Amino acid sequence: MRRSAPQKLTDYLPITFPTLMLGVFFVIPFGLMVMVSFFKRVQGGFYEPSFTLANYARFLSPFFGEMLVFSLGLAALVSIFCLCLGVPFTYRLTRLSRRAQVIWLIGLLGVLSLSEVIIGFAWSTLLSRTAGLSNLFVWLGLMDKPVAWTPSFAAVLTGLVYQAFPYTVLVLYPAFSRLDPSLMEAARTLGASPVRGFLNVVLPAMRKTLLATFIIVFIFALGAYLLPQILGRPQHWTLSVLVTDQAIYQSNMPFAAAMAVFLVVASLVLVAISGQINRRGGGS
Amino acid sequence: MIKDTRSTFSRRSFLAASTAGVSMLAMPSVLRAQDRSIKVGVYGGYFKDSFDKHIFPKFTEETGIAVESVAEPTGEAWLVQLEQAARAGAAPADLSMMSQVAMLKGQSTELWAPIDMSKITNAGDVLPQFLNKYPDDRVAGVGAVAWYINLVSNTEAYPEAPESWAFIWDPANEGKLGLLALVSNSFLLEVTAKTFFGGTGILDTEEGILKVMDKLAELKPNVQLWYRDEAQFEQALKSGEIPMGQYYHDVTGLAAADGFPVRSTFPKEGGILDSGCWALSRASDKVDEAHVFIDFMTRPEMQSLMSLKVGTAPTLKRDVLALTDEEFASVSSSIDPIIPRYDLYTSKADWLNQKWTELIVG
Repeated sequence: MRRSAPQKLTDYLPITFPTLMLGVFFVIPFGLMVMVSFFKRVQGGFYEPSFTLANYARFLSPFFGEMLVFSLGLAALVSIFCLCLGVPFTYRLTRLSRRAQVIWLIGLLGVLSLSEVIIGFAWSTLLSRTAGLSNLFVWLGLMDKPVAWTPSFAAVLTGLVYQAFPYTVLVLYPAFSRLDPSLMEAARTLGASPVRGFLNVVLPAMRKTLLATFIIVFIFALGAYLLPQILGRPQHWTLSVLVTDQAIYQSNMPFAAAMAVFLVVASLVLVAISGQINRRGGGS
Repeated sequence: MIKDTRSTFSRRSFLAASTAGVSMLAMPSVLRAQDRSIKVGVYGGYFKDSFDKHIFPKFTEETGIAVESVAEPTGEAWLVQLEQAARAGAAPADLSMMSQVAMLKGQSTELWAPIDMSKITNAGDVLPQFLNKYPDDRVAGVGAVAWYINLVSNTEAYPEAPESWAFIWDPANEGKLGLLALVSNSFLLEVTAKTFFGGTGILDTEEGILKVMDKLAELKPNVQLWYRDEAQFEQALKSGEIPMGQYYHDVTGLAAADGFPVRSTFPKEGGILDSGCWALSRASDKVDEAHVFIDFMTRPEMQSLMSLKVGTAPTLKRDVLALTDEEFASVSSSIDPIIPRYDLYTSKADWLNQKWTELIVG
């Protein structure tokens, strides 16, 4: 099929509706948020239109800096875990029979239908002292007495990885199922072990997909605000938790908006950087 | 053929137009029926269920005004929604039950329509601390119910009821506490001030507040959970996962009545007394209904009923209520309560919030 650039105005017709939707439900709300982030906070009240940089200034402190670094680090860690689990999983999945693949995919989609609240409470029960998995280990004789594994950093990470894993597989799946099997066969013929072939041939061939998946999971995890609250201690709260606090509990919309804008900018910068790295990597 | 289609079309539109016309004529009666209804926001969950079951039907039965109850979130989330909606001229609820901090913030933007107290029969019996007024004495909100936040504990983990708030500082309680996560709803500054600094007067100055915060910081190793969501702590308290903390006296009493091993104690320094007002959004056009509603809800018999059925403390003078001493004691206490310093949460809101977040996160 030959694709040509749109010539006439009517050629743009098919994308009019998506563009309109994107404009109404994304660009305008985002614009409003940016606008509010410059408004003046009225303490003990609401906000009034004006132009001030005070909301951004308040954000530029070591305290929020540390929170931002923590949030970005957590999101990166979630992405890494998801890729480490998701890549071998998806590779194996695409080598299964069609029927088995469908069953696995339906199972994963089932996880997507669970709300964040349910996932959070389920994990907090599973990791609790009174009803959690440690009781099973005590029963098996592996532990002396049940312990609470939540709230902790590990619990937050577990919850987030669990939630993001189906996304990881769904993004990886199309690329892996299109992967040419002869690549691996050639590697094996030339004497590579299956693991070596996977690491040296399959993974480099999938570089762009892996990066795209990393970014999607990263941004997904960056927006998490419920799981860090349910499964973590205050020091594990992400910036998104503080944005929620400011918007909902402190009615400080301008500051919440400023933090949200900062979070968006920070993630866009990271996306741009990884795009650059990828281009350079692809060129060499 | 084309002609036929056209004529059918026009016949249809004629039919549609006449249906519309007929319903227009029928409209006034519909409007009248709708007039006699009011949307009331109450805290979602157990609170709203109890109101729907025990309180609102009585009101509708007597006045003919239908109540559409709206589940509102606790904290200030509802205030933000009401504020945004009022700016657009809409009211997601006519009347809402609002906590004190939210009342004050709403007052500063004139969100609440003034209440005409001459239309409230028992106006004189409402305890003065439960009437919220604008600086020029217009009434912004009338006390709906009061509630205590108490020291709660799991009876299996703690066979003896703790007597004082100071007990939660005991190093033996490491990892045992569940406390509210926000400065403006936990009121832990007031608790610390009254327990260790002889009263909330120390919170008048920023130095005083920081001193109190230092004392509060000693508590951190004991806290297992800083919660925003009530369900999260209630569950953990019932199961003994987190066997002690601060929680609502009314809901804890209900859980105990259901057989869960929990208790709510009024510590010797007093429980934290917070309250909710009925407040009318300025965007509401149900002003008359709202007054009828508030009049009804401030009757002594309704206040008593709410105490018995919802477990809240009354906002009227004790002597006009028909509650027995035992019934009154189950929802309130003669111990001098800890009254939150609401003024701080409006005048120093951002500073307090910043210091508090640094305190618990750091």
